[in-house]
Amino acid sequence: MSVETERSSTESSAASGLDFEDTALTLRLPGSSSSDTDRKRASTSDPSCRSPSAAASDSPPSPKYAARVVGWPPVRSYRKNALATAAASKFVKVAVDGAPYLRKVDLTAYAGYTSSTSYDQLLAALQDKFFSHLTFRKLGNQEMKLVDTVSGTEYVPTYEDKDGDWMLVGDVPWRMFVETCQRLRLMKSSEAVNLAPRAAR
Amino acid sequence: MTYFPEEVVEHIFSFLPGQHDRNTVSLVCKVWYEIERLSRRTVFVGNCYAVRPERVVLRFPNMRALTVKGKPHFADFNLVPPDWGGYAAPWIEAAARGCVGLEELRMKRMVVTDESLELLAKTFPRFRALILISCEGFSTDGLAAIASHCKLLRELDLQENEVEDRGPRWLSCFPDSCTSLVSLNFACIKGEVNAGSLERLVARSPNLRSLRLNRSVPVDTLSKILMRTPNLEDLGTGNLADDFQTESYIRLALAFDKCKMLRSLSGFWDASPFCLPFIYPVCAQLTGLNLSYAPTLDSSDLTKMISHCVKLQRLWVLDCIADKGLQVVASSCKDLQELRVFPSDFYIAGYSPVTEEGLVAISLGCQKLSSLLYFCHQMTNAALITIAKNCPNFTRFRLCILEPGKPDAMTNQPLDEGFGAIVRECKGLRRLSISGLLTDKVFMYIGTYAKELEMLSIAFAGDSDAGMMHVMKGCKNLRKLEIRDSPFGDAALLENVAKYETMRSLWMSSCNVTEKGCQVLASKMPMLNVEVINELDENNEMDENHGGLPKVDKLYVYRTTAGGRDDAPNFVKIL
Repeated sequence: MSVETERSSTESSAASGLDFEDTALTLRLPGSSSSDTDRKRASTSDPSCRSPSAAASDSPPSPKYAARVVGWPPVRSYRKNALATAAASKFVKVAVDGAPYLRKVDLTAYAGYTSSTSYDQLLAALQDKFFSHLTFRKLGNQEMKLVDTVSGTEYVPTYEDKDGDWMLVGDVPWRMFVETCQRLRLMKSSEAVNLAPRAAR
Repeated sequence: MTYFPEEVVEHIFSFLPGQHDRNTVSLVCKVWYEIERLSRRTVFVGNCYAVRPERVVLRFPNMRALTVKGKPHFADFNLVPPDWGGYAAPWIEAAARGCVGLEELRMKRMVVTDESLELLAKTFPRFRALILISCEGFSTDGLAAIASHCKLLRELDLQENEVEDRGPRWLSCFPDSCTSLVSLNFACIKGEVNAGSLERLVARSPNLRSLRLNRSVPVDTLSKILMRTPNLEDLGTGNLADDFQTESYIRLALAFDKCKMLRSLSGFWDASPFCLPFIYPVCAQLTGLNLSYAPTLDSSDLTKMISHCVKLQRLWVLDCIADKGLQVVASSCKDLQELRVFPSDFYIAGYSPVTEEGLVAISLGCQKLSSLLYFCHQMTNAALITIAKNCPNFTRFRLCILEPGKPDAMTNQPLDEGFGAIVRECKGLRRLSISGLLTDKVFMYIGTYAKELEMLSIAFAGDSDAGMMHVMKGCKNLRKLEIRDSPFGDAALLENVAKYETMRSLWMSSCNVTEKGCQVLASKMPMLNVEVINELDENNEMDENHGGLPKVDKLYVYRTTAGGRDDAPNFVKIL
C-alpha cells in the first residue's frame, strides 16, 4: 500500500483516503507496481531492459497477494478450512529472568518459513515486542542469545516441553517445537551452564 | 448386421468400452439407436445444463448408473458466486419418475438438498452407491435418510463436501440388517459420530474394503475397527493427535499389523509425528498415501515415513516436505505415477519450501510420473526443460507458482520456453495448468504442440488476444478452457466461434471481454448458453480501452441442447 501512496501524484486522492491507483481499472494485481506491468508487456520485445528489482529474491515476498486476490492460490475452500482448523493459534507464556511479569506470544504466527527463519522471527519478535533494550545475537554454530545492551547480561532462550524438561530453543524443526513447547523462558546465561550447548553434544 | 436379432447386437454393444463409442454407434441407424439407448447402463453428463434431465431419462430408461457434474471448475476457488446453480433436484426427480432401476449416482460440484436425498433413498429399491464430490446444500439428516432406507447400500462416498452437521444420529440409522457396505467415506463430516455405532456397523460389514473416518474418531476406536477389518484395502484414519497412552500406541501397531491387504492410507488429521513409527510396518505395501491434511508433520517426519513406501504410486503431501524431502521421495518411490504437493500456508502466499529443485529431483527418480499438481515458490525454464525430458509421460501437468506472474527465478525471463518444452515432449498431455510470467509465446507453443490437450487452465498470463487465438486454433481436442486475469478480449473470444460447440465449456473472468462481444457470440451461436455473471454493478462506470463498453466480470459459455436455464439467479444474464 505504501508504494502506491508514494507514487500517487494527486493530493486530493491522499486527502480523500482513496488511492487513485487503487481505483484505476487495470489488469495488474493490486499491490504490484506499473513497472511490473511494463516488464510483463515488454518481455517479448526487449528482454534486456528488464528492471533488476524484478529479480526473484530468496526473501518471502509481501503477503499482499493472498489477501487481495480472490481464489488465489487455487486451493479448494474445503482444504483451506481443514488446514486452518488444524493450525489454531498457540499462545505460550514468556518469562524473562528478573522481569516483574510475564507476557504471551503466539507461536503459530511464524509458520510458513524454513525452521531457521521461523526461529529468527520468534526471537526478533521477543526482542521488539517486550525487551527493546535487548539485541538478538546468533552465534556461528546456531546458538541463539539475547543480550541486554545496557547491562551486558546475556539471555539464552529456553522452553519447557511436554515432558516438563527445559530445552534449548532451536534444536528441533520449527513445527515440532511449536507442538511441544509449553512455555518460554529467557534464562540468564550464567544460570544456563547446565544446558549443554548444541556443539558440545 | 441389421439381420441379427436385437439381443445379439445388444450383446456386441456391451463390449464397447465407453460412452463415446456408444454415442457413435447410436448415430448409425434408427435400429441401432433404439437398441443402444435401451441397453445403456451408465450415463455420464459432464455439464448438468447441457441437456434436460427429462430428456436423458426418456432416452435411457434402463440406466443403472448416472454421473452429473454441475458448477464450473473455478467454483472450487470461490470464483463462482453462491446460488449460481447446479441443482441436483431436477435430476433426482426426473430419475424418480422415469428410471426406477437406478442403482448408482455420482455428483460433483452440485447443490444437493436433504429432500432430494430422501427422495433418492425412498424411490430406488436397488440403490447401492452414492458418491458426492465437492457438493453442498445437505446435512447429516439427508445421510440419515440414505442410511435408513437404502437396504442394499454398498457405497457411501463423501469427498470434500460442505455438510451441515446435525448430530451423530445419522450413522446409527444404518439398520442391523445392513451388512452390504463395501465403501464408507465420511471424512468430510465435521461432527462427532457414535463410536459404538461405528464399531458395530463395521463388525457387520464383512465386505468392507474402503473406510475413511473423520477427524473426530479417536485412536482407540480406530484400533478396534482395524482389528475387525483384516481385508481393508483403503483406510482414512481418524484423529492421530498425540495425547494418548502407551497402550494405545501398542494397540494401534497391532491393529495395523493385521491389515495385510491395506494399499491406500489417508486422513492423518492433526497427526503427531510420534504416532508415525507405528504405521511404518504397513508402509511397504502401500500404493497410495495422502498426508496433505497433516500440517504438523515436518520434512523429516514425512521423509522417514515415505522412505519405507517403496511401492508408492500415488502421493499427496504438503509443501512442508521441502525440496530435500522430495529428493527422498525420488530415491524411494520408483513406481510413483501421481504426485500432488499442496501449499501449507495460504496467508503468507508466495513462499514455500519447495522449488524447482524438488521437482527436478522427482523427475530424475520417478520416470513413471504421469500426473502432477505442484504448488511452489519459484520455477525456472531450465528446470522445466529437464523435467520434460525426464518425464515425457505426463498426461496431467499442473504447476502453480504461488506468486502470480513470477518470472524464471534465475534468468528473470518468462517461463514460455519451460512450458513449451513440456507440451513438446509430453505428447500425451491431456490436462495443463500454467502459471508464472508468461507471454503470448507460450500459447503459440501450446497451440502448436499440445494436440491431445483437453483441459487448459490459465491465470495471469499472456499479452494480447493472439495468445488465446493460438490455443483456440491449435488445440484440436480442447474440451474445457478456463481463464482468469489475462488480457484476452472480444477479438479472441470471437475468432473461432464454431469451436465452442466442440467443447464442453469456456470460462473467462477478469479478462477484457465486453458485453457487446458476448452478445455477438450469443447471436452467432444459438446452441451455446452465454452466461454473463456480474456481481457488482458499480465497476461499470470507469472503463479503459474498450469503446465505452463495460467489461464483463465473469463469462461462462457452454454448449447445450436445453436452451437457456430457468433457474438462473438475477446476477446471471443468459444472452
